Amino acid sequence: MTERKIRVLLGKPGVDGHDRGAKVVAHAMREAGMEVIYTGLHQTVASILNQAIQEDVDVIGLSIMSGAHIPICKKLMGMIKEQGMENKLVAVGGVIPNRDIPILEKMGVAGIFPGGTHFDEIIKFIRENASN
Amino acid sequence: MGVATYIKGEKDAINEVILQSGIKIKPSYTPEDLERIGFDYEEDLGDPGEFPFTRSLHPSGYRSRNWTTRQYTGFGTPEETNERFKLMISHGQTGLNVAFDLPTQMGYDSDDEMAEGEVGRVGMAVDSLRDFEIAFKDIQLNRIGSGLTINAVAPVILAMYQSMAEKFGYKKTEISATPQNDILKEIVGRGAWIYPVEPAVRLIGDTIEYAMKELPRCNPVSVCGYHIRESGCTPAQEISYALMIAFAYIDNVVARGYQAEEFVGRFSFNLNVYGNIWETVAKFRAARKLWARLLRERYGVRNKKALFLRGIFGGGGSGMTKQQPENNIMRGAYYALAAALSGAQTTALCSFDEAYTIPTERAALLSLRTFQILMDEIGLRDTVDPLGGSYFMETLTKEMEEKIVGEMEKIEKVGGMVEAVSTGYVQGEVARQAYEFEKKLQDGTITKVGVNKYTEGVDMEVELHEYNEEWARLQIERLGELKKERDNKAVGVSLKALEGAAGDKKNVMPYLVECSRHYATVGEMANVFRDVFGEYIEPGIF
Repeated sequence: MTERKIRVLLGKPGVDGHDRGAKVVAHAMREAGMEVIYTGLHQTVASILNQAIQEDVDVIGLSIMSGAHIPICKKLMGMIKEQGMENKLVAVGGVIPNRDIPILEKMGVAGIFPGGTHFDEIIKFIRENASN
Repeated sequence: MGVATYIKGEKDAINEVILQSGIKIKPSYTPEDLERIGFDYEEDLGDPGEFPFTRSLHPSGYRSRNWTTRQYTGFGTPEETNERFKLMISHGQTGLNVAFDLPTQMGYDSDDEMAEGEVGRVGMAVDSLRDFEIAFKDIQLNRIGSGLTINAVAPVILAMYQSMAEKFGYKKTEISATPQNDILKEIVGRGAWIYPVEPAVRLIGDTIEYAMKELPRCNPVSVCGYHIRESGCTPAQEISYALMIAFAYIDNVVARGYQAEEFVGRFSFNLNVYGNIWETVAKFRAARKLWARLLRERYGVRNKKALFLRGIFGGGGSGMTKQQPENNIMRGAYYALAAALSGAQTTALCSFDEAYTIPTERAALLSLRTFQILMDEIGLRDTVDPLGGSYFMETLTKEMEEKIVGEMEKIEKVGGMVEAVSTGYVQGEVARQAYEFEKKLQDGTITKVGVNKYTEGVDMEVELHEYNEEWARLQIERLGELKKERDNKAVGVSLKALEGAAGDKKNVMPYLVECSRHYATVGEMANVFRDVFGEYIEPGIF
């Protein structure tokens, strides 16, 4: 039996349109053998969660460049808890100052990847932590 | 080292240099190179200020006119933005470059669900004319020109700018605004799109047509290769895509029965200075030349000034790093030097804290000082096109021109820029290159100081521009008050008229001016278009 591929939903929540990072990481994860679904721009947190359920993914990744990562992650983690989806691995990337990392960790965001993080690091993190 | 690929031999000797656009650089250049490429002074260069303007738009370059400095500014409430505008002007800045927050850029009012967490964050929040009246209070609108970084709702914001100026007693004929207004590049590279490609391009045509008749000092469109470059394309592609986008807008207006000659002189460009310094300078020289030549060939434009590739050359955001952020101060200075050597008319620089936050006051001022040092201290104003005539630079400029033309032919083959964007062809190309570049950066093929080489040392602490949640609360409260106080009947009537004009394919600009005068909100006007045009569906290519 072949092993099921890790499934990742990569979301761009909110109104930020800078998607170079999201697309580059999506491409790298695909090259690494994962199934990647990219939501495209301008998604609400609710629509990202919906797609995560529909696509039955193991990992939800968010890319946020505008600086709004704290309010957005707060909302996402709240909804995940409400819907009992804590088994999904949540990671966020983007323009994230160091001082915000502990705040995001405390919310339950498992992987935090500021701009410039190596693909290898992200892929290793997902392989080790995703429960597929 | 840096953006180009270097193949090395023993003892760090460089065997081969391949620029991002695919051009190989030789170790030295001689008159034979000029002969090889068929260099002709009159045809390829011309004197500064003469067709094809490779050397400069003006005969004496920076001697006759220093460049305009326009740092990207705006955040929080209109009051905060007004203060920062005045500060930058008091320090010698000569134009404004207005940053709007993302909800405004996306046509959402501050109280919209989609605006949550974003009000005033990356630019100033604008809901109605009232916000403009506060932000531009005491700015001399007949003397200071304003770049408006707005695209999907550019017609709305341009209409508001006109209404605001008129309320302050200026004539619409004396104000100078440059809305970015380039939706094709938003779809390819920056992401602040709303409407489907066709009606979105029509809206741009409307602003060009309207400005031609009513706003003679406004530049209705600033075609941005800049953001496509930031998204990953090569310098040659940046210029080729920008020119093809400009042609798409020209074609839209020409189809309405006008001659390109009547309006194209008000086009401007926003291009990127990040990259290899020689490739950058050659890129700008080739771009000026191609624009002038192609406007003549394609559209029969004769008027000399209408052939000028005017614009802002600046930024360099993707060159800035989070690691060792103080290095970005030096990077910025070299990017500014490249812009000056290229003959940039107007410039802006990404600040050293760009990878962390929108610029603090200190960082923005430092960028302004960088420009001032170049022009006032070290001699960049002394003579025009100082690299002109260099065997190397002239060869490279010509090779760059060929690469740009090659990329344009690829777009022509898939049916032009509107088609190439609608099908996702350009997006696919840009995404692929962004990935290849990132991979080279990560495996060290491309050197980035402080990132993959010379990484020792402790990063400086960057002072962060603080986001104040109070701004959003205040903005929403004010919007609520506005909706009670304004003449809601007049708002309703003007919005209805706008809807009719949008549906009937009339020019929407006069209707937007009328709506904005009655304090209709950005969201209300944008939603009229959402109802009539629908929304763009992204192909999601990566």
